[in-house]
Amino acid sequence: MGNKTFIVEIKNLFKSYRRGNQILPVLKDINLDIDEGEFLALMGPSGSGKTTLLNLIAGIDRADSGTIIVGGIEITSLSETELAGWRAYNVGFIFQFYNLIPVLTAYENIELPLLLTSLSKKERREHVEIALRLVSLEDRMDHYPGQLSGGQQQRVAIARAIITDPTILVADEPTGDLDRDSAVEILGLMERLVHELGKTIIMVTHDPRAAKMAHIIMHLDKGVLNANPQNHY
Amino acid sequence: MQILKIITKNALRHKLRTFLTILGVAIAILAFGLLRTVISAWYAGVEASSASRLVTRNSISLIFPLPLSYKDKIRQVDGVKLVSFGNWFGGIYIDEKNFFANYAVEPKGYLTLYPEITIPEDQKKAFLQDRKGAVAGRILIEKYRWKIGDIITLKGTIFPGEWDFVLRGIYRGRDKTVDESAFIFQWDYLNETLKKTTPLRADQVGWYMIGITNPNLAADVAVRIDKTFKNSLAETLTETEKAFQLGFISMTEAIIIAIKLVSFVVIFIIMVVVANTMAMTARERIGEYAVFKTLGFGGWHIARLIFGESLLISLIGCILGIVLTFPAADIFSSSLRTYFPVFNVATKTIYMDIGASVLVGSVAAVFPTWRAIKIRIADGLRRIG
Amino acid sequence: MKIPLLYSLRNLWTRRLTTVLTASGMALVVFVFAAILMLAEGLRKTLIETGSYDNVLVIRKAAVSEVQSGVDRLQASIVETQPEVALGSEGQRLLSKELVVLITLPRRGSDKPANVVIRGIGGSSLKLRPQVKLIEGRMPRPGSSEIIAGQSIAKRFKGGGVGETLRFAMRDWTVVGVFDAGNTGFNSEIWGDVDQLMQAFRRPVYSSVIFKLRDSSELEAVKSRLEHDPRLTLDALRETKYYEKQSEMMAKFLRILGISLTLIFSIGAIIGAMITMYAAVANRTNEIGTMRALGFQRVSILTSFLMESLFLAFIGGCIGLFFASFLQLFTVSTMNWQTFSELAFSFSLTLEIISIALLFALVMGFIGGVLPAFRAARMNILDALWKS
Repeated sequence: MGNKTFIVEIKNLFKSYRRGNQILPVLKDINLDIDEGEFLALMGPSGSGKTTLLNLIAGIDRADSGTIIVGGIEITSLSETELAGWRAYNVGFIFQFYNLIPVLTAYENIELPLLLTSLSKKERREHVEIALRLVSLEDRMDHYPGQLSGGQQQRVAIARAIITDPTILVADEPTGDLDRDSAVEILGLMERLVHELGKTIIMVTHDPRAAKMAHIIMHLDKGVLNANPQNHY
Repeated sequence: MQILKIITKNALRHKLRTFLTILGVAIAILAFGLLRTVISAWYAGVEASSASRLVTRNSISLIFPLPLSYKDKIRQVDGVKLVSFGNWFGGIYIDEKNFFANYAVEPKGYLTLYPEITIPEDQKKAFLQDRKGAVAGRILIEKYRWKIGDIITLKGTIFPGEWDFVLRGIYRGRDKTVDESAFIFQWDYLNETLKKTTPLRADQVGWYMIGITNPNLAADVAVRIDKTFKNSLAETLTETEKAFQLGFISMTEAIIIAIKLVSFVVIFIIMVVVANTMAMTARERIGEYAVFKTLGFGGWHIARLIFGESLLISLIGCILGIVLTFPAADIFSSSLRTYFPVFNVATKTIYMDIGASVLVGSVAAVFPTWRAIKIRIADGLRRIG
Repeated sequence: MKIPLLYSLRNLWTRRLTTVLTASGMALVVFVFAAILMLAEGLRKTLIETGSYDNVLVIRKAAVSEVQSGVDRLQASIVETQPEVALGSEGQRLLSKELVVLITLPRRGSDKPANVVIRGIGGSSLKLRPQVKLIEGRMPRPGSSEIIAGQSIAKRFKGGGVGETLRFAMRDWTVVGVFDAGNTGFNSEIWGDVDQLMQAFRRPVYSSVIFKLRDSSELEAVKSRLEHDPRLTLDALRETKYYEKQSEMMAKFLRILGISLTLIFSIGAIIGAMITMYAAVANRTNEIGTMRALGFQRVSILTSFLMESLFLAFIGGCIGLFFASFLQLFTVSTMNWQTFSELAFSFSLTLEIISIALLFALVMGFIGGVLPAFRAARMNILDALWKS
């Protein structure tokens, strides 16, 4: 596609963890470019570093060296405070165990990221209602997570993830805790986000079904990214 | 001992929480112990008093004196062995803040009646021989750094003027209950001076101290003494020294009751803290308890674990609290010295401490244990995930 | 405060048992604290109101209270001639020579004795004490064995009510009236004709002389003159100052005991709050990580947990104050160590005490919650998210 700008550009990324006296390298010289509107699956064996890579792209971990540019912003040079503010507007999270706040209703969970913006209560309401409609949960907006099924909770999580119209969505094993039907439902929803809303999704997964839904599959092994991604459209 | 090991391991799972709970118990036991010590300090006068000594005073109230002439009449009453007397002086040493008890006594009889006041023989002799002599308790000597031979001046409040005394002796208490911060001088000195300045106030006694032959007959002797002076110008009220002291205390009873109430409130507070901890702990381990049940362990086993942990925490906190009580009492006593010259941590207080913490440990464990025993295995197992 | 307050409140509600227990601990401490403040305030109020700013009390030099004091007739009449003494509507001197003694009377119901003040009064005595009002019966006739009793005496002591008789100084005295002295210590006194009482107790001297200043600022002038007069051995004080000094010992005792106890108790309550908040942080580690990931700053997390602790403390404080307010129904009747005499006073709740108590509760909540809140804020996002 030539000289267009990618939504995510990763150059020479290194990351290691210290355990006691030992230094364990997790990511070795990662170079990766991701197009806008891409649906990317990261796969690999346990300990391959795929979750670490995801965390670094999402801005919740810091690299040892290298640069990551997301939506034109070099996040590797941001301070912790700046990074937090950046995440609020630019990243949507979808976790394996949903990570909803148990004492907040579905509506309030979805609204949560909007509290970091300067929108008024009325404006927030409008956004939340749109998101609820998108995930088909308007009739459950006053329910607490404890009253929702796994699939419904993940739908709430997805609504929360897109509420600020973020630059990228990161998903860590989004179907890991779901039964077959719910998993299909969620993956379908994520696919719609990419096709209808043009969202960029980077997903870490073990689930071959999930990988099938993605456009590009990349493999990480021992901290090295497979140079030949498998594409299937 | 196996179970003690398990209980200890459990308690150490949440080191910070266990440490804080122990600290909480320790603080509460400390407070409880101090309050109890304040109450026993209040009763110190009663502890020090004897049932074989009587006190005779004016029946109207303590502020009215009795004539000196009563001395011989009392001496003649059946059952009376020895009569002495004294006047409350209430003098001020330099500043009102330096409060200590000071009174004039008829010395020979007084020292015989109160053998628990011990003075070295040579000092005793010097005191008896010097009309202006005075004897002070060990605490006063240490506080004001007096030496034998020093001239001590008191400003009279009841008997106005500047009064000089010569320190002739230092007394110590034979028992822990004796107030070692009093100042005693010769009644004759007071009287002779009054005869010259305000003769109308001379030959009057504040109270009589009476030693009796048979302590079991104290009540009878008291009645007989009072009968002697019934319908005279100054009627008397005679009671045992213990009753006399108790009478004082009953006047401030309201405050004592309040302090006792507060000490029980303290126990409630720690009960709440420990109960809170045990409730949290038990809730977190509900899954494990369900597992125990599936393995065949009964409610009894679970109860032992919970009660054991609760009691362990309470007792360790209790011991810590008791250890802290002693230095705390020392600090307390120096600031409350003017009110409580005798401030000791009684053995009884320590027993109460232990009792309180056992009670707390047990009660705190009740609800969590009940919950743990009642839970259905399936519900409990579900909670683990 | 980005994280909604509702989050904190709902969390407190979700773990109800723990919230109730912790708040109860705080409530108890605030209760004790407020009770002590209320008691000290009640004592202070009673004694301060007992004196009038315009009145001067004259007692013998170095005497600590009226009971210890003796002012002979000659000295008393010299005081009477001072120009600073105010004059009444009929031109009479507003001055009274009084006798104050203590007698032991048994309380109603328990028979336990207490030292009660008997005051021999003169014609102007009532005028010098505007706080005192006769509410039942009448004034005693001069020259008779009639007495009137303060409300507290009539209520609590045997023989203190109208029509009842008290026996002391070998005479029977009939109570012909009861007076209400408001919040003052006079409620615990019995008043009778000064000459009759002096005779009965065979006291040839007065205890004190009380007079009203014609001009409040002239205290120094008359005080100086009286204290330097070689014929006199007297001290003159403003009546309010005299009564203030009377409560010093008791007030100091209450203060020392009260403050040290409250400090110790508050440590207990703070520990309770700490335990609760540490547990809350530990249980919500996942949520903390999530909120951080979503973009909430560390400060927001810190504030949110601190708010939760403060709410807890505030609830406890309100409960404690609520129960403390009922103490106002009780009257404490005890012996004042300095004067040796019976004193009745009650718990007094003021706006100031309410504010101090709530502030105290909030401080406890703050201290208890600050360390756990910091722990929450300092968490590493990844560690928090991956905690199960």
